[in-house]
Amino acid sequence: MVKTANDQLFRPLDPAKQQTDVIERPSLGIWKETFLSVIKNKLAVLGLVLLLAIIFLALLGPAMVPYSASQQSLTNTNQPPSAEHWFGTDDLGRDMWSRTWQGARVSLTIGFVAAFVDLILGVIVGGVSGYMAGRGKLGDRVDNVLMRIVEVLYGIPYLLVVILLMVIMEPGITTIIIALSITGWVGMARIIRGQILQLKSQEYVLAAEKLGTSHPKIITRHLLPNTMGIIIINLTFTIPTAIFAEAFLSFLGLGVQAPFASWGTMTNDALGVILSGQWWRLFFPAFMIAMTMFAFNAFGDGIQDALDPRARK
Amino acid sequence: MVERIEETGKAHTTENLVEIHSLKKYFNIKKDVTVKSVDDISISIRKGETFGLVGESGSGKSTLGKTVVGLQAPTSGEIIYNGQNVLQLDKETQRNVNKEMQIIFQDPHASLNPRMRVGDIIAEGIDAYKLFKGKDRTNRIYELLAQVGLRPEHAKRFPHEFSGGQRQRIGIARALAVEPKFIVADEPISALDVSIQAQVINLMEELKESEGLTYLFIAHDLGMVKHISDRIGVMYLGKMMELSNSDDMFRNPLHPYTQALLSAIPKANPRAVKRERIVLQGDPPSPTAPPSGCRFRTRCPHAMEICALQEPQWKEVEDEHWVACHLY
Ligand SMILES: Nc1ncnc2c1ncn2[C@@H]1O[C@H](COP(=O)(O)OP(=O)(O)OP(=O)(O)O)[C@@H](O)[C@H]1O
Ligand code: SF4
Ligand SMILES: [Mg+2]
Repeated sequence: MVKTANDQLFRPLDPAKQQTDVIERPSLGIWKETFLSVIKNKLAVLGLVLLLAIIFLALLGPAMVPYSASQQSLTNTNQPPSAEHWFGTDDLGRDMWSRTWQGARVSLTIGFVAAFVDLILGVIVGGVSGYMAGRGKLGDRVDNVLMRIVEVLYGIPYLLVVILLMVIMEPGITTIIIALSITGWVGMARIIRGQILQLKSQEYVLAAEKLGTSHPKIITRHLLPNTMGIIIINLTFTIPTAIFAEAFLSFLGLGVQAPFASWGTMTNDALGVILSGQWWRLFFPAFMIAMTMFAFNAFGDGIQDALDPRARK
Repeated sequence: MVERIEETGKAHTTENLVEIHSLKKYFNIKKDVTVKSVDDISISIRKGETFGLVGESGSGKSTLGKTVVGLQAPTSGEIIYNGQNVLQLDKETQRNVNKEMQIIFQDPHASLNPRMRVGDIIAEGIDAYKLFKGKDRTNRIYELLAQVGLRPEHAKRFPHEFSGGQRQRIGIARALAVEPKFIVADEPISALDVSIQAQVINLMEELKESEGLTYLFIAHDLGMVKHISDRIGVMYLGKMMELSNSDDMFRNPLHPYTQALLSAIPKANPRAVKRERIVLQGDPPSPTAPPSGCRFRTRCPHAMEICALQEPQWKEVEDEHWVACHLY
């Protein structure tokens, strides 16, 4: 309906609606809100569910069948998947289901331990470096020394570290974790340092400083909580990287040694027989590696979106 | 080196709360590149006044404000608070002086920790100085909230639930918590909607009266400080260009830069005294390589030969009206 501009169209605003300076959003804790927006993100939920399933099976999978991962049965070699052996058996008659989840334990352990070491070293070195930078001559020197170390380590490929470590250590889980940790934490340290540097000049940190808040309190109250998001996101990427690195090393024969099974050694073992049609030997471990990567990355992406306040409505 | 007559050198009947003598703050941004963000500035801020500080973006206003309250160490110069040289105090006295000088920031989104509840944000200073504990602390938080026009139940909420104006109120309450005497307000209203700006200004004016505060009020244009400032200082590329009381500055601006800034303010009544609009040409020069002589000369419509050769002196041209320009 066409109307001419008249008093009907231009009315004074209802005084009750004139209040412009009002609360914009309902109150929820920041973590609760993050949780809710992770839940709303379908990809993140899918990732989380997959992850929980993989962890659950890693813990209980081997116990669900009457065969242990190393139990050989020479009358039962190279069986395809069946009601007996859900994932089939290998050339020594070992149950692949049991071995797959046994391998999951190794993979997840390496992933989590390596990520944990990354986290501790990265947060300490990155945090100290970022906090000290720009605090007088001493502060700058501390920052410089730490960052030089980081730069040097950053340039070394982990494969080289592994090979060098093999000279003095036996190949195995510990060696892999050490090798991954030596080079892995520098990425975390760089990210944390960058974040702390940025946060340090934030006005709320300046205000805290001005209000007499002590350095430890500034770190624990203002800097670390606001670094949490980026730490978590980074972890969801370092864990799968470590898992993949283990699989890769084991595949090359530089990793986990028999009788331990890992997804990497299992794919390696499968290579020789894939041409004779025993697809299940390669398929299950390779599929699990892919699934785990996918689960972590999907979850990480979801969290990243959820932790970005600008993405919230 | 040009001899400078210090504005602060003059005896005034009114007492100075803060004096800044030849303050310099340089930043080495690269190996051989120095930004002279604050370059030899001397001003005094009198007890109970609102000192308006204006200048374009990058002129060094925030740097001056942060340096005065001690968030940054000056490259050289002195800061006198209540007659004491704050850079030479023992730890204990310094902590007390620090408490009396507070700062309010421009960006209401960056100035509050997103992961803390408003109550804890306001109590930051209370906790640091252990002023109140337990029930008293809660009551004090409520009292402060009421003082800035917020309600007790807001204490439990998080900053992102508030509008810009409310966040600015929270920032003000946080500063008030330690009972400061001197507050640097670094563009406290620039990021707010026009409709909210007046509310925050009114609140600040009320608090100034009730708490006996002195303000260094920073803004990037003269219009914003006109009504609240007793005196106004105009900065350009790290230097003070003109300083006078607010009325004089608007009635009789002396420095060509101030004249240009004033002509840019839109008039409420277009038929009022006609002031020719002076358009500032180009952007300010890079602060890493300011022009020789007078820093404003590259954009000054009155630039003369001497302006490139010699830095103009800081002179009291009229009573209480200071200017740095070769025209006077
Ligand atoms: N920590 C720092 N390191 C290096 N340079 C700096 C630093 N702080 C300020 N500067 C420089 O000093 C100059 C003045 O900056 P300042 O923030 O004080 O300006 P301002 O007048 O407050 O501007 P705005 O209106 O944009 O807030 C700028 O050129 C800026 O780049
Ligand atoms: S000193 Fe010269 S260039 Fe500078 S403002 Fe005055 S007239 Fe203009
Ligand atoms: Mg500023």
